[in-house]
Amino acid sequence: MRFDWLLRESGNIANLFWWHVGLSVIPVIAALILSLPLGWLAHKSGLFKSAILGVAGLLYTIPSLALFVLLPLVLHTKILDPLNVVVALTVYSLALLVRTVSDGLGAVPPDTLQAATAMGYRPLQRFFMVELPIAVPVIAAGLRVALVSNVSIVSVAALIGTPQLGLLFTQGLQLRFVTPLIAGIVLCLLLAVVLDGLVILLNRWLTPWRPRKV
Amino acid sequence: MIEWFLNPAQWQGSEGIPNLLAQHLQYSFISLFIAALIGLPAGLYVGHTGKGTFLIAGLANATRALPSLGLIVLLVILVGPYFKSDLAYLVPSIAVLVLIAVPPIMMGAYSGITSVDPAAVDAARGMGYRPLALLLTVEFPCALPLIFSGFRSAALQVISTATIAAYVSLGGLGRLIIDGRAQNDYMQMASGAVLVGVLALIVDLFFGLASRIAVSPGLTRRTVKGVASRRQLANEKQRNS
Repeated sequence: MRFDWLLRESGNIANLFWWHVGLSVIPVIAALILSLPLGWLAHKSGLFKSAILGVAGLLYTIPSLALFVLLPLVLHTKILDPLNVVVALTVYSLALLVRTVSDGLGAVPPDTLQAATAMGYRPLQRFFMVELPIAVPVIAAGLRVALVSNVSIVSVAALIGTPQLGLLFTQGLQLRFVTPLIAGIVLCLLLAVVLDGLVILLNRWLTPWRPRKV
Repeated sequence: MIEWFLNPAQWQGSEGIPNLLAQHLQYSFISLFIAALIGLPAGLYVGHTGKGTFLIAGLANATRALPSLGLIVLLVILVGPYFKSDLAYLVPSIAVLVLIAVPPIMMGAYSGITSVDPAAVDAARGMGYRPLALLLTVEFPCALPLIFSGFRSAALQVISTATIAAYVSLGGLGRLIIDGRAQNDYMQMASGAVLVGVLALIVDLFFGLASRIAVSPGLTRRTVKGVASRRQLANEKQRNS
């Protein structure tokens, strides 16, 4: 480890770190927004469910580097455009979250739904005020997996040149220099732990009725 | 891109598609095999005894966050100089591929064993099965669907990561993408990406099919031959929905 190098490069590393945060988090937010209507559709109709989950499973099998390379053909972007990475990770996160949203909605007890209807909730109101809050713990579990895996997938985009912590890895190989590699790996793990913790806190804050385990 | 594929030069020699595909499959197979030797017994043991559940769940989470590219490069620089010629990048790459393949295989075996119907286990125990026989002839067959899905996700991750390892000069289909990037040849990159994607889909299908063949029909309540009864169809539908 060469700490003087880290100090000298700290501005650059911080810049890459924030790129990494953006590229990991923005796709998950976009995917969460898209997965609510799609997950609801899958939950409601069996036909849609097998179709949506089938397509999601198919998209999830495509290796990340292949998707980064192929998206410019579909989006008509340049290969270096960060949009490719954002769209690719949105696709992965969406494939994961559609399933969790539909599972989460499926886990709401029917008695609760009937009680809500009997109390006069309209369908849309019932969805946002009863079903969705009860589904939060399941959706949060999916969010954790999506965020943590995004953090490691984003670093692959260094191979096509998008700025983020993965550039420390390519730099490390070119210079045969261990310090940037360790810095990159440690920052990736740190980011994953922090994002994971944030979702756990958010989940607790959104579901105050659940019993607290230690 | 069709022109690129039709060019006979892409199909011959050490940089040709057949050879790259063979390399890719070879690395993936070796890594999965080693990972299975480690992950399968460990998962079965933890699932059967219930000891160390916390440990393997933690391991699975930690490896998901590990950036595999960084790990491969780090190992190439640290370990590579101790090996000669090709082994300098082959050993680190395979080591990382094994590392990412072990947790899904282990979790698949573990969750497979814990999800076995306790009534079946009790019945077997009542019939006098000894622990090892119980594990191998009752719990293992019943856990097969989840064991297969563990292997499936391990295989997909290995194929995906083997592509990335082309960056440290490992062979395989990733070569097309990495070399294409270096030469600014987008057609070659895109063709390599298509090949990797198709390989992943075929492997996915293969595991789906293998699971269907290997899993006992008694477990999935599929009919082996002849026409399924109305009731069985209704059950199937209910389970799928």
